[in-house]
Amino acid sequence: MAVLDIEHLVIDIPGRGDGDPLSLQVESGQRWGVLGPNGAGKTTLLHTLAGLRAPRRGRVVLNGTPLTHLSRREVARQLAVVFQERQDSFPATVMETVLIGRHPFLSAWQRESAEDIHLAHEALSAVSLTLLEDRLVSTLSGGERQRVSIATALTQQPTIWLADEPTNHLDLHHQVAVMTLLNQQADNGAAVFMCLHDLNLAARWCDHLLLLYPDGECCSGPAEAMLVPEALERLYDQKLVVAHVNGAPVFVPG
Amino acid sequence: MPAIKSPALAALLALTALGLLALLLSVAVGSVSISLQDLWAVASGGGSDLHRELIMSLRAPRALAAFSTGGLLALAGALMQVLLRNPLADPYVLGISGGAAVGALGAMLIGGGLALVSGSAFAGALLSTLLVFGLAQGGGGWTPTRLLLTGVVVAAGWGAVITFMLTMSPADRLPGMLYWLMGDLSYARAPYAAWLVMILAVLLTLPLGRSLNVLARGPLQAAALGIAVKPLEWLVYVLASLLTAVAVTTAGSVGFVGLIVPHMLRLQLGNDQRIILPASVLAGGTLLTVADTLARTVMAPEQLPVGVITALLGVPTFLFLLHRNR
Repeated sequence: MAVLDIEHLVIDIPGRGDGDPLSLQVESGQRWGVLGPNGAGKTTLLHTLAGLRAPRRGRVVLNGTPLTHLSRREVARQLAVVFQERQDSFPATVMETVLIGRHPFLSAWQRESAEDIHLAHEALSAVSLTLLEDRLVSTLSGGERQRVSIATALTQQPTIWLADEPTNHLDLHHQVAVMTLLNQQADNGAAVFMCLHDLNLAARWCDHLLLLYPDGECCSGPAEAMLVPEALERLYDQKLVVAHVNGAPVFVPG
Repeated sequence: MPAIKSPALAALLALTALGLLALLLSVAVGSVSISLQDLWAVASGGGSDLHRELIMSLRAPRALAAFSTGGLLALAGALMQVLLRNPLADPYVLGISGGAAVGALGAMLIGGGLALVSGSAFAGALLSTLLVFGLAQGGGGWTPTRLLLTGVVVAAGWGAVITFMLTMSPADRLPGMLYWLMGDLSYARAPYAAWLVMILAVLLTLPLGRSLNVLARGPLQAAALGIAVKPLEWLVYVLASLLTAVAVTTAGSVGFVGLIVPHMLRLQLGNDQRIILPASVLAGGTLLTVADTLARTVMAPEQLPVGVITALLGVPTFLFLLHRNR
């Protein structure tokens, strides 16, 4: 059974035609990358898949149950979202922020248990933020905040990750670290579905790709089949030069 | 969180102790000071008639009314700040006090008694709540930003009506109206309804604390972490409005308690709503009890409206906190 079954989905972008309805299955262990130019609807798609926006048509089935039949809490126990934008109007420490990933699993009167705190510590060490656990999130750099978001999703122990540009603000080392981490999640049986603006990250780390065109057209499939220079050039409206490094394709704007 | 739990618990206990102390002080201090022994005598059913009368009919109801008003306002303020995700929100930001004031002043203009004034204040507060909510609803549902803007504009509208009423009213009614507008506890006699509402509100908000922590991270993140955002925002809005309505009905529009108390606590205790909400009730109650004791003693036998004292304490404290934060 697919973790996420997308059936004839048309995302709702005001003023845009329906384009191609999207149908695909995201299976456990798969690493999906969504590629497309700015404004193609990558983030809107991600939010629709998370049930945070209603689709114009079609439906999304999460582990066998349509999203619309699940409460927010039931969704949050299976699916984690890493957002591109974050809002922190009130001060909170890194530890507090990561611990809220346990929220969907705790009842109203329950406090976080030692087990929950242990999970949060593990998540912080997975993104190398252990030393910053008592710092206020507002005092961190953009890249550190990005890692806090990923640690929060880690403590949710999701069966599927929906990550919107998970490498945003990250330096090269942490880009690799975060992609390795998501890779491990997939190896352990989670499904990973992420929007990426960096073609080469997608080429290196994803086994499946979805190309989203600005007019709502889309195509998807295994990464090797999708990484065709002509298709990618049309996607970004940009000439590309392909080089091969250690046998893997690297795309450079031409 | 074990690391946070015990200091927070200690803070709550300390605030409870301070609150009790403030209530004791408020009952003991005044035109006739009452010693601890005499207080004890009255509490255990004895004491002189003067003391009994003074405590049971005057000071204790007033002190309790002050405490509950402060607690309700601080709780409502803390809730509004989370709801609107705006640290400058206070219980009145959505125009509730303006609506209540128009109701209360209208009742005073036609020479209504205490019951009519309180009743119209409550009705005005509810009317304003419904008005703001209805207007903010607009075409496509409300968002906190839209709610805030609508509230601010409606409050400005009420402000104009209040000024109009003040200019139209006979001179002998003016002091009472101004006292009401500044917040005044001299006529507060029956604090029991306010206490009941306050206790119920604390019981209701305690299990909501963690959800509100998540809501403070923004609606999208909250929804992704399993919060049904709209129902929770509705509940918080209705609850905060009701608390504010009860508070202004008891004591007029006392300013600053709802704004500064949650902020002072956040600076000291962090922003875990499970701690901040009950702590706000205790600290807000304590502050207003002390302020009211000062209001009726510093210039005795003249009584100041308690709102003057809270504003005099509140304005510099708030400016200081704001300054230190930036």
